[in-house]
Amino acid sequence: MGVTFALAGIAVLLGLALPAIALARVKTGTPILYGIALLASLGLLAAGAISLLGGVESETVLPLGLPWVGAHFRIDALSAAFLVIVNLGAAGASLYAIGYGSHEHWPARVLPFYPAFLAGMNLVVLSADAFSFLLSWEFMSLASWALVMAHHRDPENRRAGYVYILMASFGTLALLLAFGLLAGPDGHYDFATMRAMSPAPLLATFVLVLTLIGTGSKAGLVPLHVWLPLAHPAAPSHISALMSGVMTKVAVYAFIRIVFDLSGPPDWWWGLAVLAAGAGTAVMGVLYALFENDLKRVFAYSTIENVGIIFVGLGLALAFEANNFGAAAALALSAALFHAFNHMLFKSVLFFGAGAVLNATGERNMERMGGLIHRMPGTAFAVLTACAAISALPPLNGFASEWMIFQAILLSPELPQWGLKVLVPAGGALLALAAALAAACFIRVFGVCFLGRPRTPAAGAAKETDVFSRAAMFAFAGLCLIAGILPGLAVDAISPVTQLLLSARLPIQAAIPSLTFVPIAAERSSYNGLLVFLFIAASASIAAFGIHLLASKAIRRGPAWDCGFPNAAPITQYSAGSFAQPIRRVFGTLLFRARERVTMPPPGSMVPARIDVEMRDLVWDYVYAPIAGIVGTIAERMNVLQFLTIRRYLTFVFLALVLLLVVVAI
Amino acid sequence: MSAIRDLAVQGMQMALVLLLAPLLTGFVRKVKARLLRRQGPPLIQPYRDLLRLLHKEAVVAVNASWLFRAVPYLVFAATWVAAALVPTFATGLLFSWSADLIAIVALLGSARFFLALAGMDIGTSFGGIGSSREAMIASLAEPAMMMVIFSLALIAGSTQLSAIAAYMLSLQEGLRVTLGLALIALVMVAIAENARIPVDNPATHLELTMVHEAMVLEYSGRHLALIELAASLKLLLYVSLIGCLFVPWGLAPVEGTVPDYIFGILAYAAKLFAGGLALGIFEISIAKMRVFRVPAFLGAALMLGLLGALLRFVSGSF
Amino acid sequence: MGLAFDIAHMLAGGLVLVSFMMIYQDRLPALINTFTLQAILLSASVAWQANLQSAPELYVTAMIALLFKGMIIPISLRRMIVRLGIHREIENVVGIGVTMLFGMGLVALSMVVMLRVTAMADPLAREDLAFALSVILLGLLMMVTRRNAVGQVIGFMSLENGLILAATGAKGMPLVVEISVAFSVLIAFIVIGIFLFRIRERFDTVDVRALDRFRGDRR
Repeated sequence: MGVTFALAGIAVLLGLALPAIALARVKTGTPILYGIALLASLGLLAAGAISLLGGVESETVLPLGLPWVGAHFRIDALSAAFLVIVNLGAAGASLYAIGYGSHEHWPARVLPFYPAFLAGMNLVVLSADAFSFLLSWEFMSLASWALVMAHHRDPENRRAGYVYILMASFGTLALLLAFGLLAGPDGHYDFATMRAMSPAPLLATFVLVLTLIGTGSKAGLVPLHVWLPLAHPAAPSHISALMSGVMTKVAVYAFIRIVFDLSGPPDWWWGLAVLAAGAGTAVMGVLYALFENDLKRVFAYSTIENVGIIFVGLGLALAFEANNFGAAAALALSAALFHAFNHMLFKSVLFFGAGAVLNATGERNMERMGGLIHRMPGTAFAVLTACAAISALPPLNGFASEWMIFQAILLSPELPQWGLKVLVPAGGALLALAAALAAACFIRVFGVCFLGRPRTPAAGAAKETDVFSRAAMFAFAGLCLIAGILPGLAVDAISPVTQLLLSARLPIQAAIPSLTFVPIAAERSSYNGLLVFLFIAASASIAAFGIHLLASKAIRRGPAWDCGFPNAAPITQYSAGSFAQPIRRVFGTLLFRARERVTMPPPGSMVPARIDVEMRDLVWDYVYAPIAGIVGTIAERMNVLQFLTIRRYLTFVFLALVLLLVVVAI
Repeated sequence: MSAIRDLAVQGMQMALVLLLAPLLTGFVRKVKARLLRRQGPPLIQPYRDLLRLLHKEAVVAVNASWLFRAVPYLVFAATWVAAALVPTFATGLLFSWSADLIAIVALLGSARFFLALAGMDIGTSFGGIGSSREAMIASLAEPAMMMVIFSLALIAGSTQLSAIAAYMLSLQEGLRVTLGLALIALVMVAIAENARIPVDNPATHLELTMVHEAMVLEYSGRHLALIELAASLKLLLYVSLIGCLFVPWGLAPVEGTVPDYIFGILAYAAKLFAGGLALGIFEISIAKMRVFRVPAFLGAALMLGLLGALLRFVSGSF
Repeated sequence: MGLAFDIAHMLAGGLVLVSFMMIYQDRLPALINTFTLQAILLSASVAWQANLQSAPELYVTAMIALLFKGMIIPISLRRMIVRLGIHREIENVVGIGVTMLFGMGLVALSMVVMLRVTAMADPLAREDLAFALSVILLGLLMMVTRRNAVGQVIGFMSLENGLILAATGAKGMPLVVEISVAFSVLIAFIVIGIFLFRIRERFDTVDVRALDRFRGDRR
């Protein structure tokens, strides 16, 4: 029943794709399309929420696809949870786009692919056999690729699209091989059969590695992340929000589905590999973000960092599950899923804000913004909430999910394996480092873009965005606060998923008095977000009220003090690059080969001093450049095949035939 | 009855930390002055400074935003709530279950987040210097603090500060290497977080190498008073934290009687005295580090914390 | 177990901590002071082991360690660097942060190795051995990452301290061995000192990079 309703919603979305071409020509067509997409997403969200909270599973088989397999679609707890995540993000993006979409110069290149993209993501989450899964996965990739190439006249966007399609195809290949190994020699493609037959340990290892590569490249694990900071900023802002906030979560869903559900019982070192990948990704992602000046690229790298955090949680869950600590595994998995939900919320707000700023100022470079809090107060407030949430500040939601992951790490001394004993505390240290660096990154983003003085006339003349964009931003910012204050409710909603995958769940949070969140036991640790929020609000109000009543509330405006040497030129304020300089000196010299060169003019000369900063992306230099070089060399060598004589071509055909016959003979 | 007593204890704790914080700051200044053969300002000078600032008109830059004016209240509120949850004279505070040690540290982190934003609000270079250096110091001090929390939580089996204090008080653990490493790391982090020598100089206002003072350069009047009070509260918080974790004797137990509490307050005063004295002597005897030596200093604290946690993971008897 | 166990652990852990502090120092006088601290801690640890194992000859070992490594060697090293005129910074091969990260990895490695290999032995001895191996590896790390010859000598002696800690922890080391070890250290020290002076006379520097250049290596 639920599945049929969901499939109907997806059909509506797919059905929108063709008329979109006609709608694109009309001025009101854009809001109409996004409005219908919003309604469809809300319907799918309702379907997912009802399935998740009601604990209802439903399945259907459509007569599409391969004749002897059909197309299986199923909603179970995991699919329902990710349906909620995907469609809440899609609803927010559609609401935002009702206002934002009117600024699009080539709507015909964006409108048809948007509902197709949403449909593709939903289909991936609902698929219950390998064929429809891979088909939906590729469909999602192609639709998003088309959206990335929407502004294709810019050579940077073209390059972004090229790298994206390359990495997406590589990822799909890995997933194809993984499903092939799971399907076995008899070709059982539907998930139910795969679940019933657990693969042999060696095969399961290969499946894990292939899945990590395939879904990791879509989610953004280092070193497979290179397409993400190119492609996510190239698309229009609501698409960037969807790609960062939602599509990466679809990749996380694929990982959980294959590794936790279809592969059978895990090995302890799987958790180690995933944990190491996640921790490294988190630190590298946030360091990349700190050294970027393009606002959307900063957000894309920050997505990489958060995906790393999610994979740390998943790795811990695998390690606990392999050692049969069910409750601890449930805690780690819940933390990862909760963080996926939270990240969708605050990353969407950030990208919506970036789109609003881009529309208002025409700039994506942080060094050309400033003082926007005065010109765009609503946007600034929503983006401030999202920056605070992503920096894991209480009482918002980023803190709640990171707190859960730290609690899971504190449960891990019970793990018996030595590799885990040494690497889990190191992973915890890296996670804490990533969280602290993320706070620094978002102080930088908000401080340079919204605070201070405008660095360009365009920034000084910015105007606030339209009602729909602001509504979407405020709605999600409000959800960030609610999810932070009431984490127990979210965890209760997630517990059907852990019950399904791990046969264990956290204690029922709704039964705990005064809305406290107790993940393990009350003596161990507890957190009450609502009380913290109320305390802070009460203390601030008491202080403000008391001081205004008893002391002075006079205020006077004057020029800035600046130690007595105020300078009117806005270029004297700290820029994005200067804010990152101390961190670049500490962390960048080793990991990015960051070198500063200062050229001072001789005394008496009026020539300005120069500072040159040189940084290298070591992942690109050591992983991708050699591969591209090898591929190029091979391609050059094989170019000779273009210019052979007819006799040589015939020889090739003859040799190929002989080879195939030999293979058949053996 | 017990609910009223618990509420009274919690309320007294909140009032006590607020009242004692400027006194601790004044005491440290007095110790430093005396060791330098100066008279030094009277012990109650910080109170006089605060009262004077509260009654002054606040002068705010023309292009300051609402965030600039709201931040002092937010910073004060976050720091006060955090300080109210650290056991000073009694464990088992009424609201200790609402925020554990990780949440307390994160509250201090959010105070720092907003203060750094305020530093960047006016758009001057001094504010930017303060904020960017504070961000660098925080990026290493917070993980070090997290590792200390891990080590303590692994020993005591909980991250709830009252539970850890009660565990230490019960003397079930003797001297542990992990505790020693955690103590050293915590002291190093406390010095960095409170902007004390050798990381930052709290006394001057014109140094280009300062961190905390550069962020609050544009504040005046009641806003400055709140920020200074929040800084004193933070110092008190860290001294109380070190006291309740590593020198827990004297803390009144959960179901205490009035003599227990009075003894607890006296013991707490003694701990503050000892802590202030030690801090003053330490600040006098060492020079301030170059800003780019601070990452090495905090990196050492992070390594020590990580070593403590690692030892605890590896064997239960460390 | 109890308090005795804990004090032994604290002293051994203190030795590891002081080894980390030695990696952190970059000025020579401070390095010598930290080495003195390490020698004092070593003698305290050996004395405590003497108390625990009721082996009075270990007290003599502790006295020898205190005398030679805690007093004579630091004092003469200080005089030597004053005469050589090198109060300047030690340049490390890699930065302090990276060296400390390597140090962490070495400590983790020694924990894992020692505690796995000696799974059947007495708990106090195992864990002391793990700390001793850490001190040895950290001493080696110091030798590898210092450019200045004096820094390398101190690294070598810190490695010695780790060996002594390991030997005393393992219950029973005859005094004769200790005297011969002490003498060989003293003689090695005298020889190194003489060579340092002659090197400096010849080449005007004791910086190892310069010595490499003069040896004829082409980089």
